[in-house]
Amino acid sequence: MRTDPGTRGFLIAAAVLLAAGPFLPKWLSYIATISLGYALVVAGVVLLMRAGLVSFGQGLYFCLGGYAVGAAGKYWNLGDAFVLLAAAVAVSVAVAALLGLLLARYREIFFAMFTMAFSMILYGLLSKSQALGSTDGFNVSHATFLGYAPVALQGWLYAAAVVLSMAVAIALQRYLRSGMGYAGDAIRENEIRVEYLGISVYRVVYLKYLVAAGLGGLGGGLAALASGHVGPDMAYWTTSGEFVFVALLGGTQHIAAAFAASFLFELIKTYAFELSPYTWQMMLGVVLLAIILFLPSGLWSLVARGREALR
Amino acid sequence: MNAVLETRALSKSFGAVVAAAEIDLVVGEREVIGVIGANGAGKTTFINMVTGYLRPSGGSIRFRGRDITGLPPRQVVRAGICRSFQVSQLFRELTVLDNMLIALGMLREGALSWLAPLHTRAREDEARKVLERYTIERYADSRVATLPQGVRKLLDIAMATVSEPPLLLLDEPTSGVAAEEKFALMDTVMAPVRASGAACLFVEHDMEIVERYSARVIAFYDGRILADGPTAETLTDPEVRKYVIGAELHRDREAGCSK
Repeated sequence: MRTDPGTRGFLIAAAVLLAAGPFLPKWLSYIATISLGYALVVAGVVLLMRAGLVSFGQGLYFCLGGYAVGAAGKYWNLGDAFVLLAAAVAVSVAVAALLGLLLARYREIFFAMFTMAFSMILYGLLSKSQALGSTDGFNVSHATFLGYAPVALQGWLYAAAVVLSMAVAIALQRYLRSGMGYAGDAIRENEIRVEYLGISVYRVVYLKYLVAAGLGGLGGGLAALASGHVGPDMAYWTTSGEFVFVALLGGTQHIAAAFAASFLFELIKTYAFELSPYTWQMMLGVVLLAIILFLPSGLWSLVARGREALR
Repeated sequence: MNAVLETRALSKSFGAVVAAAEIDLVVGEREVIGVIGANGAGKTTFINMVTGYLRPSGGSIRFRGRDITGLPPRQVVRAGICRSFQVSQLFRELTVLDNMLIALGMLREGALSWLAPLHTRAREDEARKVLERYTIERYADSRVATLPQGVRKLLDIAMATVSEPPLLLLDEPTSGVAAEEKFALMDTVMAPVRASGAACLFVEHDMEIVERYSARVIAFYDGRILADGPTAETLTDPEVRKYVIGAELHRDREAGCSK
């Protein structure tokens, strides 16, 4: 079977990112690692958005993933990055399997508010839990890779993040073009028709919610490993809001948009913070406003336009 | 004659409003039946109950001998009853081809793939073939939201029939379509229905269309079946004339002219 253009693009991106890794300054490879983790969470938000659902609570899974990684290291002495990340995904999907039963019934603002409420409950619980460092959170121990404990941990984390997230991106881009992927667009456009095509809308929404949660957990786990710290802020509603922001920034047409937008977002955040520590959020606001006004389908519409022009 | 659909004492009330009362109906194989009645007579309520969109307040629905009362739409559809809508229910922001591919993937194949692409050569060929049968092939790459009503109606019906259901319920297939296009639309719709051997019930307000396409007519009035029989008989029934068709039936005028 021939590789489709999306797959090829991600393979090339992975190769370039891996080759560039050793030459990146430390701050940049750190930002890149964090934004790869972010992008996975955002991809989950995009997946739901394509089905017409805005989750204002992906911070829940971002946080669960992070805490799963941290707690597994702290309490069970698990150190292998891949085992930790698998645990992050497993915990997130397990929680989503329960919450999804309720959430898959709701749409629009009700879905958004419920997702936000659940993430705020986790925020409240973690803030009050002294064993988990309450509002300060706790530090995440250094990860190992298949038994090897590298000295230059960050480089290894960067490489692992690149390989993992590009593999996930390839799968997701294929997913968007699959029957399940189109079912999302179909549900956004007309649920009645989907039911009359013999498909359970509830089931499709539920499964999409699980996938988004798994992505959230994986992203949170990666971010925890990269930053070496987790805190309840990861579940705070502003964190969830950032994921929605980045999803809008990139657009929902292509999974690559989530990655580009996440990286851009991290850069903007870093520089805006450096330029004006007290009003940096205002800059983000201006950027969002500009996007909504001039590129309502997100940054990816620039790419789409470019392709049209080249044709 | 083998019954495809059989309803017994089917009724539906919303509070004190009785939308359907004691509807007994048998639809035989390959039968094409016209359903007439004023607005609010219970035609769409009947279709909604049979296809599981509304749960009946009482009575039973049997499809090919199997009790399907109270099943949700997706299971009724899987059992083999498909419907089209008075206001076409489509994926408006997607292209006609994508609409058709989704219908093929969902309704005909029954399961959704996770990684295998929806757009395959084989499926696209099949989708274009169906679109061709319904004479809307040239709109394949247009977004649904930009299309005229008649094309949307045809797409709506085309999507409902991809699984070649044994029973097809068409809710006002010609509503919103220009008068001069109605017959062409019905010809296009009925040809594949007849070819597939499906039984078909269609709701219609235009008596000329009812006369031309159905051998049997059911008249609804006030949630009840007022008359049920061969087309000519039902349409000349005095009660039907009085409550459903009204005194100004075109044939009256024609008769008046010829005098």
